[in-house]
Amino acid sequence: MNIEDMFKVVKARFTDDNHQTVQAEKDVEIPQDLLFKCPRCGGVLYNDEFVNNMKVCPKCGYHARLTWQERLDMTVDKDSFRELDENLVSLNPIGFPHYEEKVAKMGEQCNMKEAIVTGECTIRGYRCVLGVMDSHFMMASMGSVVGEKITRAFEYATEKGLPVIMFTASGGARMQEGIISLMQMAKTSGAVKRHNDAGGLYVTVLTDPTTGGVQASFASLGDILIAEPKVLIGFAGRRVIQNTVRTRLPDDFQSAEFQMESGLLDMIVERGMMRKALSNILKLHGFPKEAR
Amino acid sequence: MNNLTTWERMELIHNKNRPTVNDYIPALFTRFMEFHGDRMCGDDGAIIGGIGFLSDTPVTVLAQVKGRTLDENKKSNFAMPHPEGYRKALRLAKQAEKFHRPIVCLVDTPGAYCGVEAEKRCQGEAIARNLYEFMTLKTPIVTVILGEGGSGGALALAVCDELAMLQNAIYSVISPRSAASILWKDPTKEKEAAEILKITAEDLMRFGVCDKIIPEPEGGAHLQPAVTADSIYEYIVDAVSRLKTVDLKTLLDNRYQKFRKIGMFTE
Repeated sequence: MNIEDMFKVVKARFTDDNHQTVQAEKDVEIPQDLLFKCPRCGGVLYNDEFVNNMKVCPKCGYHARLTWQERLDMTVDKDSFRELDENLVSLNPIGFPHYEEKVAKMGEQCNMKEAIVTGECTIRGYRCVLGVMDSHFMMASMGSVVGEKITRAFEYATEKGLPVIMFTASGGARMQEGIISLMQMAKTSGAVKRHNDAGGLYVTVLTDPTTGGVQASFASLGDILIAEPKVLIGFAGRRVIQNTVRTRLPDDFQSAEFQMESGLLDMIVERGMMRKALSNILKLHGFPKEAR
Repeated sequence: MNNLTTWERMELIHNKNRPTVNDYIPALFTRFMEFHGDRMCGDDGAIIGGIGFLSDTPVTVLAQVKGRTLDENKKSNFAMPHPEGYRKALRLAKQAEKFHRPIVCLVDTPGAYCGVEAEKRCQGEAIARNLYEFMTLKTPIVTVILGEGGSGGALALAVCDELAMLQNAIYSVISPRSAASILWKDPTKEKEAAEILKITAEDLMRFGVCDKIIPEPEGGAHLQPAVTADSIYEYIVDAVSRLKTVDLKTLLDNRYQKFRKIGMFTE
């Protein structure tokens, strides 16, 4: 009942959420490439249609998880992204069985060396340091490399006087690195603090899912917290809480909308409006627009 | 003592007679006064905060409270703080900074509380805020882990200049039980998980997370609480007096570096 939540397989929540719909459609075989089935509302649509809609479910508005390439394509100005620290690879600090193989395999699958990509870019002409976490890589859990890359991104931004935008997604701290992963929470929060004390602007965009040790560190520390609609945001895992309280939790528990009402978020912004919202924030903070 | 397995240590720290902060605070500090409330929503019984003398130095004390009886544990929620507990701790830490009082944190928690109300009041944000603010508090911070150092719930009182652990204490990113249920879908394999996770004081010394191991009497702290309290007292007095002489800029740089340098990777 205590800290299991840091590592939840967050998908499980959807099964809880939509019990009836999911049950009814359980027997229908869905060809994976052709159709998309929304984990939120259970609605089914053609994959092409879903992709053309920026991977947003047209029925319920759920903003599905993106790969880091998809996120960059949707967010940054064409050819403006310059990656930082792309070669960091984690070691195996506690000698966790098969950890290196797992990381290498995920790296191949996701075409990245670790669960976050950081770099410098422009968004509608406004320069910033950007981080994009990819939940397909070990649920974007935070170990040494994720922590180090975030810390370096903030230190770089502090040095250059640049704003930071972080697209967060994570199941939490990376258990396979033991206590070292927990320390990344303090390390990244410290780097955010230094950037803050130097007057830097930090905008967090919380995407599906932002939970556990990441939600309890740099993801909650933005000057401005934005979330995509319907995404999961929370500290503890739904099932853990369910087991503690022993009553059925409302379907929207820990959704972006729930967290908005709780006072955690500044705003909820749809994917199609994100570039505008971010560039507008940068403009309102007096950053200059560069010629493209 | 050093040849105990992780699991044997965990049995020791769960011994119902193991001393808690309720035993240690009167032994370590004189004229202690407890202060309540986060000034926002409530007062969390899982965290005690207050001021007292450590030898002749006024200090702020922040401590997680384990109870011994069911009634005590109801009051302290089995040492699992709600957001208001962390916010009370932060309020008192800021007060300590204002009056140049060193801060002594005593950690003993299975983890931050997981529940609907805790989520509604933004548990994650409360923990994050403590990590963020403690990193630059302009006063020395010493943390001692007395028993359980349960993940983010412990870390929220453990961003500090020096971290010590009692010999049998553990500090982990996840409870062995939860790790076992994730790894093998079998929470009863927690003994194995406990060894794999590397969570003893000696492990944490090796990782550079823990700075000092405070010895416990043969057989565990509960057999000689007064002797254990003396050892803790000796360490805290020494650490606080050393840190008080360090100039502020160096203190804060060292604190940042203490966490900044932790991570193992190649480039």
